[in-house]
Order: sequence, then C-alpha cells, then structure tokens
Amino acid sequence: MGQIEWAMWANEQALASGLILITGGIVATAGQFTSWWFGTYSIVAGVFICLLEYPRGKRRKGSTMERCGQKYLTKVVKVLGPLSRNYYIRAVLHLGLSVPAGFLLATILGTACLAIASSIYLLAAFHGEQWTPIEPQPKPKERPQVGGTIKQPPSNPPPRPPAEARKKSSEEEAAASAGVSGGPQENPVPVVDEVV
Amino acid sequence: VMAFWILNESLSILLGLSWLGVNLYLFIDTFSWYEEEESFLYTRVILGSTLAWARASAVCLNFNCMLILLPISRNLISFMRGTSTCCRGPWRRQLDKNLKFHKLVAYGIAINATIHIVAHLCNLEHYRRSQSTEAEGLLAALAKLGKTPNESYLNPIRTFHTNTITVLLTTIAGVTGLIISLAFILIMTSSTEFIRQVSYELFWYTHHVFIIFFISLAIHGAGRIVRGQTPESQLLHNVTFCKDHYAQWQAAAQCPTPQFSGKEPSAWKWVLGPVVLYTCERIIRFWRFRQEVVITKVVSHPSGVLELHMKKRNFKMAPGQYVLIQCPSISWLEWHPFTLTSAPQENFFSVHIRVAGDWTEALCKAFGAGGQARKESWSLPRLAVDGPFGTALTDVFHYPVSVCVAAGIGVTPFASLLKSIWYKCESHTQLKLSKVYFYWICRDPRAFEWFADLLLSLETLMSERGKAHFLSYHIFLTNWDENQAVHIALHWDANTDVITGLKQKTFYGRPDWNHEFRQMAYTHPSSNIGVFFCGPKALSKTLQRMCRLYSSADPRGVHFYYHKESF
Repeated sequence: MGQIEWAMWANEQALASGLILITGGIVATAGQFTSWWFGTYSIVAGVFICLLEYPRGKRRKGSTMERCGQKYLTKVVKVLGPLSRNYYIRAVLHLGLSVPAGFLLATILGTACLAIASSIYLLAAFHGEQWTPIEPQPKPKERPQVGGTIKQPPSNPPPRPPAEARKKSSEEEAAASAGVSGGPQENPVPVVDEVV
Repeated sequence: VMAFWILNESLSILLGLSWLGVNLYLFIDTFSWYEEEESFLYTRVILGSTLAWARASAVCLNFNCMLILLPISRNLISFMRGTSTCCRGPWRRQLDKNLKFHKLVAYGIAINATIHIVAHLCNLEHYRRSQSTEAEGLLAALAKLGKTPNESYLNPIRTFHTNTITVLLTTIAGVTGLIISLAFILIMTSSTEFIRQVSYELFWYTHHVFIIFFISLAIHGAGRIVRGQTPESQLLHNVTFCKDHYAQWQAAAQCPTPQFSGKEPSAWKWVLGPVVLYTCERIIRFWRFRQEVVITKVVSHPSGVLELHMKKRNFKMAPGQYVLIQCPSISWLEWHPFTLTSAPQENFFSVHIRVAGDWTEALCKAFGAGGQARKESWSLPRLAVDGPFGTALTDVFHYPVSVCVAAGIGVTPFASLLKSIWYKCESHTQLKLSKVYFYWICRDPRAFEWFADLLLSLETLMSERGKAHFLSYHIFLTNWDENQAVHIALHWDANTDVITGLKQKTFYGRPDWNHEFRQMAYTHPSSNIGVFFCGPKALSKTLQRMCRLYSSADPRGVHFYYHKESF
C-alpha cells in the first residue's frame, strides 16, 4: 500500500461528508427539529466544505482527472495559500467543523464522516503530501508543418532537370565567384522545342 | 434471426428495467400496506407517513442487499454459463456485464438508504414530540401507554427529555444503523473511478468493510423498535371505534388497552442465501489459487510479447475465452485478464502478454523477457490462474462460411480459434464449416508478429494438406509512413509479402467493406454466413450495417449473421 496518495481518498470522503451535512441540515431545519439551528450551521459548513474540497489536488505522479468545471474554484482555493495547501491545517479545520454538527441527530452521520476524512488528511499530512492546484496546460508548440518530408518547393519553373542535375548546378554556382543575381533564367539543360 | 439480434442489444436495458420495476413494485406495495394496515393505525397517529417511507425503503434495501453479492461471484457465474442449457446466446452475454449490474444495485442501495435514514430521523423526532406536555388527545394517550406494568408501550421514546442522540447510541438499531451507513459511505468513496485508478489496493481493501456491513444489517432490526398492535389485541380492541374513545380505554370493556409488539427482524432472511454463496465463492477462489499451475514453456518474442505455456489439472477451455492470472510475488491483490491463445485440443494452455502497465512490466521482467539472461525453471515466479471465463467463439463452427474480423489487439481470441480450426481439419472431423475469411486490421504489425508467424505456419500446413483455399486472410495496415510505402512499392512484384512474409499480400489502408461483402455474397449465394468481430465500436457498427445491407431478402439467398463480441 506504499504508493497510496491518501489525500485523494480524504478528498472524496470530505466531499461526501459535506453533502451529507447539507442533507441532514436541510431535513432538520425544514422539519424544525429540536435544536434545529445546528441544522442551519450544518448547511453552511457543508457548503463551505464542498467548495473547498471540490477542486481536486494534483497527484504526485501520473495524470489527475479533474472534476467538471473545477478550474474556477481552483483559483479561489489557491488564494487561501497555506490554509488550503497544508493538510495538517485541513485536518484540524475539518475536525473543528464537524463538532457542532455532532449535537444534532440529523447531522451526526455527517460529523462521523467528516471526522474520518479529517483523520485521513492527517495521515496524508504525515506522509508529506500537499495540495497542488491543477494548472491549465500551456498550449503545445505549434505542430511542425505536415509533410515535412516535402522538399523545398522548386525554385525554377518547368522544365526542370532531375535532382542530381540541380544539385550539381547549384554547386557550380556556389563555386563560381560573385553571385550572379537576377538576370534572365538560365536553363541548365538546353531546352528543345519538340514538335511531334 | 432479426429478433435474436434485437434481443441481444436490448436485453441489458430490459434487465435493468426489470430490476427497477421490482424495486418500484416492492416499494409501492410495502408503502400502501403500511399506510392502510390496521395494526399500525396507532403508530401512524404518532408518525404519519414517514413510517411507510421508512419501511418501504427498508424492503427495497433488503432486496438490493440480497442482489449485490451475486454479480461478483464469478465462479457462480461461470458455473451457470457452463452447465445450464437455458443460458444460451444473448443471456450468456449478459453474464459478462456483471460489474455494471453490481454498480447499479449499489446506487439503488444508496438511494434507498438516504430515504430510509431521512424517514427515521423524522420518526424519532415525532416520537419525541408526542411525549411533550403540549401533545393532546389521542397522541397523548398513546404516548402514555406502557407506564403501568401490564401495558406494552407504543412509543420507544419514553420521556420528552430524551436526547435523540442517546437513543441512537443506546439502541441496537441506532448503533448498527450508524455503522452500516459509515461502512457504506467508506465503500462508496473508495470505489470512485478516480480512486480505483490511483490505488486499486485501497479500493479492494476498503471494500472488505462489506463484512461489517452485512453483520450489522443482520442485527439491525433486533431491537424491534417499530411496533404495531398485536393480533390478539386487535380482536379485543376495535380500532375504528376505539380510536375516538381514547379517554375510556381503561374503563370500558369495549376498548381494553391496546397491546403492542415489535416487528421481528427480516433482513437476515433476505441476505443469508447470497452471503453463503459468496462465502463459497471466496473459498473456491482461494482453492483455485492454491491449485498448482505448471509453466511448461516461456517464449520471449522480440516485440516485447511474453508467451507462457501452462498446465493445470482439469482445465478445459474453448476458443475466445480468457483467464485471470495472479502473480503473488508481484501483487497479492491483482488478477489480470488475458485471452487464451492456445486451442482446446492442445495439452497446455497459453497466453500472450504484452507490456502495457506496471504489472505486466514486472511480470515480463520476472520471466526474463526483454533479452535478459535465461531463467531456470525453479526461479520462475509462481502463478495462479482462475478461469476460463467469457463467451466462447464456438458459434464459428455452426456456419458453412464464417467471417472473422479482428482489429488491433482483438486478434488474440482468433489465434485460439484459428489453431482450433487447424486441429479440427487435421483430425478429419466432418466440419460444417468449409470456408473462413479472416480480416486483420492493424496499425503496427510488429506488436503482433507472433500472430503473423501463426498465420504463416497455418498457411504452409494448409497448403501441404491441399486445403489452401479453406482459409483466406487479408491483412490491412492502417498506419504506414512514406519510407514503408517506398519499400513496399519497390518489392511489389515479389512472391511473398514483404512485411509479413506471407503469400497473401498485405493491403494498405482500411478495407473497403462494401467490396468485401459484395464479393462474399457473390461467391456464396445461398449460404448462412456468420460474422464475428473483436475490436472498437465504430468498426462494429460498420460491420453490422454491412451485414444488414448485403443479406438478401430471399430466404434462400445469402444471409449474414453478426455476432457481437464480448470476448
């Protein structure tokens, strides 16, 4: 089990706890149960936890599947700096958030789940894991022209001699001194007007 | 046969809908029962409809918990597949979709559990409120029941000042309910696709919490908290009349005090069978794991493919099936599927393993593939083999003409099939099958050159036996570059194919299916032709279309029957 990144599981667990807290909170508040104000607290805490945990952190190695639309929240969570990066802080935060919800029956399941998530985060922090935001990939370099095997387009009009003759003639030209620039096109191969 | 084909496609949807139908039926039936049943009339006075919601979802939970262990008992499934004659054709193929069904049932449990928990939360609150001094009338009368010795109580919460959390933690139902919910949530959060990718071990180990789940489920109802009127009391105490005369319950002979008792737990009755079956399944798996697998040959192909020949007692296979292989020295948990590439007639079974991930890489290294020093047979790692599983390709032999199309890695089941065909020809058995067309579409033939070797040896053997026209194969390379094209063009006139060395030439690009099917329809004007495919979905759709297009309307004409793979 050495390769596990505990934070990934803690993240799933915390997100689930957030949703459970919200549900329990809604039931208690809507039904006006005894001490229903704890229910309202649970809804608020649940929403906060869901928003915090929604952006998945980057795995240490391998590719990470992003959650749908998480990049907007990633920006916000990144702003929190060490509060969101450090998993010790997250563990303590989740433990703290879970306590008030433990006073109401409807949300006690949320408390238990969040406490478990907090302990997994603690384990992750012991292993030195950190939350790294998933940055959008920089655009890949412009692909080289398709058909790079296509040689330079011909520079002289047809009729063109085969490649060898062209090469030889360019060597001769290079060997000859002082470029002959411009001037009328000199066909290396004598052109014969064939009328058949 | 059209009906057969439609049945194939929609059987999964049909099974899913029947599951949903049974759930809805159980839910609605139980719901109406609890809403109308007289013995629960007084309970309903306190709780309202939430009683029915809780009980109905409980019955659905029982049903789904019963079902959830069945799809993952793979040995049970192969047993069903192997023995029963009723499990032919499309029904057999459904057995391959077991994991999808397992997940569906898990979602069913999640939804019903949510309903059940919310309903019981409301129930506890209603019980508590009915004990308050502000409660009046019938409600108050019912709440007071049980205070004197010869009365049985209705309300499990005895005083207004009871904290509902204490009720949760001191009753069997409460504690087991909490444990069950936590176990289920842990299983769900560690089973998401992402976590399965990140760490399969975490998923697998955490999933074993289901043992705690089932034990707690069995004792969840032992507290008998949900109470209804006893049948004896119902005879003496006419509910419809007496409910309005609650003030006179003690005194009047007409309405003696109603007596209540709790409902006995029923969850264990639902889940006992599957739990026993699953226990047998794990025992079988362990026994198979202990069975000796002898490795008789290890071949390391230059393209990074490892071929293993193995023997195991009482191993019987059919072409197209796969086995699960485990290598304890690499990982205790992982079983990986590999299609069998040997024919049933051979006295060993073989698999071809290509490096495609951590486990396969470790396996190939352990067996000395990749040009390392030869390993002695005692230093080879031990393997465990479970299987064979999967649908067999034996339908190929039921047609006079068969067409097999393999794309890329889909070629592996056909290795087994082609060898099997060869053996059947060799043994001069009377074969209904007289012609096989084999199409192999491939991007990189080098990865499968072991298969090309197989085709080459088959080609030679067939022509030696004078059966050169039995098997006709066409290889299509869809990925080629300029250098290859030049090379091929230069050697176009050579006798054998330059890439594969086979007499039949390799084609470049994708096959023109219209042309191929037209050709086959022309050559075999009145036969039934079976088409078997293994590869990507897009090509599957194309082939299906071709089969429909080129089957003639005349019942005596040519007919193509498409067999959707799940090898």
